[in-house]
Amino acid sequence: MKYAMLIHEKPGYVGALPEDEQKAVYAEYMALAEDPRARGGAQLQPVETARTVRVQDGETLTTDGPCAGTKEVLGGYYVFEADNLDDAIELAARIPAARLDGAIEVRPLVER
Amino acid sequence: MLASLVGFLGDFDLAEEAVQEAFAVAAERWPREGVPANPGAWLTVTARNRAIDRIRRERTLGDKTRRLELPEATMDELDETVIEDERLELIFTCCHPALALEAQVALTLRALGGLTTEEIARAFLVSEETMKRRLSRAKTKIKATGIPFAVPAEHLLPDRLNAVLAVVYLIYNEGYSGRIDLAGEAIRLGRLLAELMPDEPEVHGLLALVQIHHARRKARFSGDELVLLEDQDRSLWDFQEIATGREALERALALRGRGLNVLQAAIASLQAEERIDWNEVAALYEQLAQITRSPVVELNRAVAVAEAGSAEQALEIVDALELDDYQYLHSTRGELLRRLGRPHEAREAFERALALARSGPERRFLAGRIAEL
Repeated sequence: MKYAMLIHEKPGYVGALPEDEQKAVYAEYMALAEDPRARGGAQLQPVETARTVRVQDGETLTTDGPCAGTKEVLGGYYVFEADNLDDAIELAARIPAARLDGAIEVRPLVER
Repeated sequence: MLASLVGFLGDFDLAEEAVQEAFAVAAERWPREGVPANPGAWLTVTARNRAIDRIRRERTLGDKTRRLELPEATMDELDETVIEDERLELIFTCCHPALALEAQVALTLRALGGLTTEEIARAFLVSEETMKRRLSRAKTKIKATGIPFAVPAEHLLPDRLNAVLAVVYLIYNEGYSGRIDLAGEAIRLGRLLAELMPDEPEVHGLLALVQIHHARRKARFSGDELVLLEDQDRSLWDFQEIATGREALERALALRGRGLNVLQAAIASLQAEERIDWNEVAALYEQLAQITRSPVVELNRAVAVAEAGSAEQALEIVDALELDDYQYLHSTRGELLRRLGRPHEAREAFERALALARSGPERRFLAGRIAEL
C-alpha cells in the first residue's frame, strides 16, 4: 500500500538548531528520500508563499496563506510503499520533524 | 475458522460472508449426504472456495487476488493440519491501536468471542443498527489503512500485547452491567490467549486477575449496593475458580512476570486469603506504583501500609499525593487521622470527601463517620 506522510512542522524549526544538527537532520531527510520504499515526496517553500484557492458559485476565490490556521504548517511530504500500517508508522517516526515539535500525518493513498 | 479465512483472504467482510455461505451449504447438504468426517475442515475449505469463486466473479481488484494465486484447496488435502490457526493474528488485528477502543472491543467480541452483532449491541446498550455501523466502519478502516493481519514484530509486541490485554480487561469490566455474560466471554478470551501465547507472563497474569475477581462476583453486591472486600460474605466466593486463577498466577510468576497484570493478580490473590498479608500487599503496590506512576495506586499502597499497622507512614504517603479532587483520598485521610486520634482534622477530611461523593451508600457511610467523631 502507498502512504502519504504529510509533514506538519513548526516554521523555521531546522534553522533554530545548531549548524551540525541541521546538517544531520537534512541528511536524515535525504536518507528517507532514498529509502527503497520511497515513491516520491517534496519539500515545500515556506508557508508565506502559499495561496489558497476555493471555487464558490463558479467563481475562483484566492486568499493568502495556508488553508488552516494551526501552529504547525505543512512543510513537505513523502509517499512510501509500505507493507502495512505498522511499517508506515515506523517510517513516519523516523522523519525528524516528528521529534522536533512537529507531527506526521500518515494517510493511505486511494489505490486505482 | 473465521480467523483462518480472514488471514487467507485478507478481508473481513468477505470472510464472514463466505463462512455464512458455507454453513448454508452444509445445512442443505449434510442431511442429504451425511456429515463429513471432519466437519470443521469441510466448512473451512468450502468457505474458502466460495470466497475464491466470488473474487473471481468480481475480479476487478488486483489487490485481493494477490493472496489467491495458490491452487484451490481440495477436499483431499483436508486434514486439521492444513488449516492454520490464525486466531492470534486476528486478535492483534482487532485490537490494533489505530482503531477506536470501542471498535476494538466490538470487533474482538464479534470475531473471536463469536457473539452476534445483536448480542454485542445489547451488551453495550446501543441499538443493533449502531453496532452494525461501528463494526462496519472498523472493518473499512482495517482495509483502507492497511492494518496488518499479523502478530507484531518483537520490538512492537510488548505495547501491542498490552493493547490486547486492555481490551480483554475492558470486556471483563463491562461484564457487570449488561445482560450478556461478558465477564465469562473475557475469561474465555483470556484462556485462548494463554493457550496461544503460553510464554507471555502478562497473559497468564491477566487470566489470573479476571478469574480471581470473577470468583468473588456473587459477594460483590448486596442488592444494588457494592460490598467492600473486607465485608464480603466469603461463603459466596467460588474457591475452585480462585484456585484456577492462582494456577495461572503461578505460571506467570514462573515465567518471571512482574508486569501490571501479574502484580495486580498477585494482589488479588493475597486479598483472597483468610488472613491478608498487608506488608506483602503494600510491597506489591509499591512495585505497581513504580510502573504506573499512578497516584491512585499510591493511595492503595497507603491503605495497605495502614492495614499492616503503620497509620502514620500511610498518612505521609497520602499527604504527598496530588489528588485533591479524588473523594477516596479524603476518605482515606479521614480514616487515618481518626485512627491517629486527630478527630478535628479527620472531620475536615471526611467533610471534604462527603462534598465529592455522589452515590447514596457512600454519602451515608461518610455521614456516619462524621457523626461518630
